[in-house]
This record gives sequence, C-alpha cells and structure tokens, in this order.
Amino acid sequence: MKSVADIFTIVAVCAGSFFFLAGTVGLLRFPDSLTRLHALTKADNLGLGLVVLGLLPQANGFLGGLKLVAVWLLVQLAGATVAQVIAEALRRRGPPP
Amino acid sequence: MTEFLLGAAGFILLTVTVGLVRILAGPGNIDRTAAAQLLGTGGIAALLLVAGATGARGAEDVALGLALLAAFASVAFVNSVEQRPSDNAERADP
Amino acid sequence: MTIIEALDIGLAFLVLGVAGWTIAAHEAFTAVIGYVVYGLLLALVWVRLFALDVALTEAAIGSGVTGVLLISAAVRLRASEAEMMHERLGIAPRLVAAALCLVAAAALAAVVLDMPDPGATLAPQARQPLAELGLGNAITAVLIAYRAFDTMLEKVVLVLAVIGVWSLSTDANWGGLAGPTRLERTEGPLAFLAQLLPPLGIIVALHIVWVGANEPGGAFQGGALLSAMALIVLMARLREAPAIGRRWLRVALISGPVVFLAIGLLGFALAGGFLAYPLGFAKPVIVFIEVFMTLSVAATLPMLVIGPPDRRPS
Repeated sequence: MKSVADIFTIVAVCAGSFFFLAGTVGLLRFPDSLTRLHALTKADNLGLGLVVLGLLPQANGFLGGLKLVAVWLLVQLAGATVAQVIAEALRRRGPPP
Repeated sequence: MTEFLLGAAGFILLTVTVGLVRILAGPGNIDRTAAAQLLGTGGIAALLLVAGATGARGAEDVALGLALLAAFASVAFVNSVEQRPSDNAERADP
Repeated sequence: MTIIEALDIGLAFLVLGVAGWTIAAHEAFTAVIGYVVYGLLLALVWVRLFALDVALTEAAIGSGVTGVLLISAAVRLRASEAEMMHERLGIAPRLVAAALCLVAAAALAAVVLDMPDPGATLAPQARQPLAELGLGNAITAVLIAYRAFDTMLEKVVLVLAVIGVWSLSTDANWGGLAGPTRLERTEGPLAFLAQLLPPLGIIVALHIVWVGANEPGGAFQGGALLSAMALIVLMARLREAPAIGRRWLRVALISGPVVFLAIGLLGFALAGGFLAYPLGFAKPVIVFIEVFMTLSVAATLPMLVIGPPDRRPS
C-alpha cells in the first residue's frame, strides 16, 4: 500500500510542477499584462493544488493534512484577489494597446 | 521519496526564479508584482515539499503564515499605485 | 553533491541575487518588491536551517508588515525621490563606499571561516531545565524565562516606538485618526478578502501563540499575524483605525509590558527574585504573559505602519 501512496505522490507532484512551468512560460511569453495574469493564476490553483494533493499521503496526521489543504485554499483566495485587483488597476489605465 | 520531493522543490523554485529574473527587468511594476506573486506561490510549494522531505517540525505553520499574507504586499502595492494615478503615467505598461 | 546540497546552494545564490537586485533598483517601489521577495526566500532559508521560529517571524514581518510599511514610505517619498533621481554621486565617494563595503564583507567572511567547528553552543544548557518550566520549545524558554528581562524591554521599546510616531502629529490632530479613511463601498475583491481572511487569520494566529510553548511559534509571531489582519481591513477601507486618544487602544498597547513587569515584581514575593517564576506554576504564568504580549504586538504594529494621526476624529 505504501508504494501506491508513493506513486500517487510522484504523479501529482510532477503534474503540479508542470503547471508551475506552464505559469512561468506564460509569464514570459504572453504579450500583455492581462494575459500574463491568466497564466499566473494557473500556477496558484493547479500547481500548488496538485503539489498539496500529492503531499497529502505523506502528511503528518489529520491536522497536518488539514493545514496543507488550508494553505492551498488561502493561496487560491490570495491569488484570485490579487489577479482581480491587478486587472482592475490595469483596466483603469485604459485598454491595452 | 525524499530525493524526489527535494528535486521537485528545486525544480519549482528554479522555474519561478526564471520567471522572476525575466520580469524584474520590466516592463512595469505591475508585472513585477505579478512575478513576485508567482514566486510567492512557488516558494510556498517548495517549502511544503522541503518540509515533507526533511520533516522540519512546524513548517506547515510557516506555510500557513505565508499563505495568509500571500496577497498582502501585492494588494498594498496596487493600492498605493492607485492613489495617484497621474504620478504613474510614465510607469504605465506598454 | 546531493540534491539537498544543490538546493541549498541554489537558494543561497537566489537570496544573494535578489538582495543585489533590490539594492541596485532605481525606484523605491521596485526595490520594495525585491525586498518582499527577499523576505519570502529568507523564510525558506530559515526553514532549511531548522529555525522555524525565525522563519515564522520572517514570514509575518518580512514579507507582510514591513512590505506594507515600506510601500507607504515609498508613496510619501515619491515627490522627493523624483528630485533625488537627478543627483549623481561623484566617482571618489563611490569608490570609498565600495572599498568600505569590501573591507566589511571580508572581515565578516574571515570571522565566519575562523569559527570553530562545531561551534560553541549553550543548547544543552537551554534544554536541560525545560521540563521544570513545563515547556517543550527551548526558544520560548530563552525568550520568556532565561532572558525575560530582555524580552520585556523589547516590548517597552515597541511602546516607545509608537509614542515616537505619534509625537510627529500636529497639535491640532493630537488624539485623532491615522491611516486611510473609511469608504462606504464594501464590495469588490479586496473587500471580500478583507472580510474572509481575518477570521481565518485570527484562528491561525491563536494556534501559533498557543503551540509556542512546545512547538515553533509564540507571542510575537502570532501578534504579527494579527496585526497583518488588522492592516488588511484598513487597506480595504472597511474600517478606520481607532483614534489614538481611545482608552482601549492605549490599554492594549501597554498591556504586554505592564503585565510582564507586574509578574516580574510579583516574583520578589513568590519566587525570591525579579522575573522569577514560582516552581510548578511556570507554564501558566508564561502563557498568561504571552497572551498580553500578543495583544500588545497586535495593537502596536498597525499603529506603527499607518503613522501619525493626520485628522481630527469625526
């Protein structure tokens, strides 16, 4: 059973790492600030989410797992808010050229 | 498993750092804020992975603290930019 | 080289790089972004050094409260900064500054390389009386028991800092309000965050204070998180900061040092010395002190960040 949990961890953490890579590539390659924001939130949601999911089998008891999920939810909340606030600031400056 | 978790932490940190290095040069402070936000998320992921690998006691609490404050600096930053939009005409993104 | 060594070396270079970039940045705003990133990376470094108490402090202060403080400083300095941009230092003072920095860095490097390995440590002595105090976290024991006097004075310094900031107020605004004014509008993403985050933050902060006796955490870390929650409510303009003349605010500010001092004086009667804790009751006394220190820190830091009062209470 231990090995099944380990394989799950490896798959989920790898998938999470991929979304961090995708978020960074988006940040580097996308043409304007609004689309770059779009790339950013993928890393927040899916990247960290999959890493947390992968770490759950290795978590330190129930409270440890709960904290991991809480970290993910809080980062999602922060990421979504920051994306909205930044987008609002960009929009007030007028449409992107 | 330990090696794998550390490797993943290193990979994520390296990835978001590449994003940061590119964006620090510009074009504007709003994009820098976005890159810093990405590094924050990546840093939290790396922290959780390293803590999972090395079993540092209390590392989840550090991650919780960082997650609570993840929006903090970015919100303060955008707020302050918004206070005097006229001052920022020259900093506007292209 | 193992993976963990590669990770550590990479992290060290990353911290140095971000530090260098922060110093080299032209605009104050850009430098603040670098500083916030630097704080986050430093928290990671402290985790790698297994100094979780410091990591918690760095997370709450370095990437949270200080970032907001520096950003508001940058906003205030914006006008004078534009003038400063035109001034350029001559080559001679730059060379002298570089030489001084090199000498200081070389001296520090020499000291570090010269240290005995393993270094001198008091860790076993710090751990030995833990059971007697009823604590599990040696750092809390150092802060509240072995060097309690230092910690008490640190809390006094925080109160003095608030008095220093308040003393910058004009006579007309004395006793008045500081910080952003309240908006009637309470929708939008920021207001949502500022309504949802504080209840969660309060739970996490209390948890960190409570486990501080046995695990990494404690009064300062918990208080810093609480003050961050207060600041997010102020930044979202859901509420105004209390007028500095309010009695409850002043009581909260001084409660930490006052309780600490009172218990210290009680030590003369109960345990035979200033700041001595009665045997067997050490832990409840320490937790009691920590609760009031948390309150003090949580009240102090937002007042320091928002600055002197700039208008009369309405």
